[in-house]
Amino acid sequence: MKKLLAITAFICLAFYLPACKSKVKDADVKASVETALAANPDLNGVVADVKDGVATITGEVRTDAARAAAETAAKGIKGVKSVVNNLTVAAPPPPVVNADDETLTRGLADALKDNPTVKSSIVDGKIVLTGEIVKAKWVALKQMLDKLKSKGYDLTGLKIK
Amino acid sequence: MVLKDKYQELVTTATDSGVTNLQIREQEGVLYIDGEAPSGAVKDKLWNVYDKLDPNFLSGDVVMNVNVSSSAPVTKAKVTTERSNLNIRKGPGTDQPVVGKAAHHEIVTVVSQTSDMWWLVRTDDGEEGYSYAQYLTPVEN
Repeated sequence: MKKLLAITAFICLAFYLPACKSKVKDADVKASVETALAANPDLNGVVADVKDGVATITGEVRTDAARAAAETAAKGIKGVKSVVNNLTVAAPPPPVVNADDETLTRGLADALKDNPTVKSSIVDGKIVLTGEIVKAKWVALKQMLDKLKSKGYDLTGLKIK
Repeated sequence: MVLKDKYQELVTTATDSGVTNLQIREQEGVLYIDGEAPSGAVKDKLWNVYDKLDPNFLSGDVVMNVNVSSSAPVTKAKVTTERSNLNIRKGPGTDQPVVGKAAHHEIVTVVSQTSDMWWLVRTDDGEEGYSYAQYLTPVEN
């Protein structure tokens, strides 16, 4: 009977001790993970939780790279067995499109001043170009025109020489 | 996201070449690519890839604003017109009066990069005003 008690006690200890130990440890690990995440400004607002050595990270980051960096940072912490990455990547802000015809018209006039062989107009926010232009000048012109952030181009009437 | 597929190589090149703050968005049939290139060579490479995927850019379905990042502010620029002088204007626009001229290949001081299109410059003669950025190439100090 004494022997049985001893065995029972041992089994209990074997089960309870690690559980007890792990509870204390989880909180420490969580603190370490949070410190690691706080070191990276891209990971602002990322929340970590640790249970039985499994770190779960949640929140929203701006890029895929930041999402991966958070996981790597958490994995690098002693006591983290695995990481559940529940981070979401925020959708990028929509492009700033120049819908103001007057700004477009002015910018277009500036860009085309030295390209008299090209005629232009603006239709529904799109830049419409017609005429002829040599390739080298066209590359430079397109680079300037893209800065106007129009709603695209209609170039069906433009010939590149 | 059909355009993203069409221009996948352009996006990949931008990512692999170290373009920072890269943002690719498709809106109403136009792919907008914004970011900062680490060098002029990377910017040229992107435009070459773009030209390859859409010869002469004639589809008109891309608006690419990948400028060379100005980690060090530009202070000097060379006038890179074809051969003529560069107009220096009172304000940023070709409707503004010409207040001075900078000679072809002259080095001018860039006071500020007011916009992507117009830079405020000053010549060694003290003439100051706005010039079209296309004809100004930053030079190393």
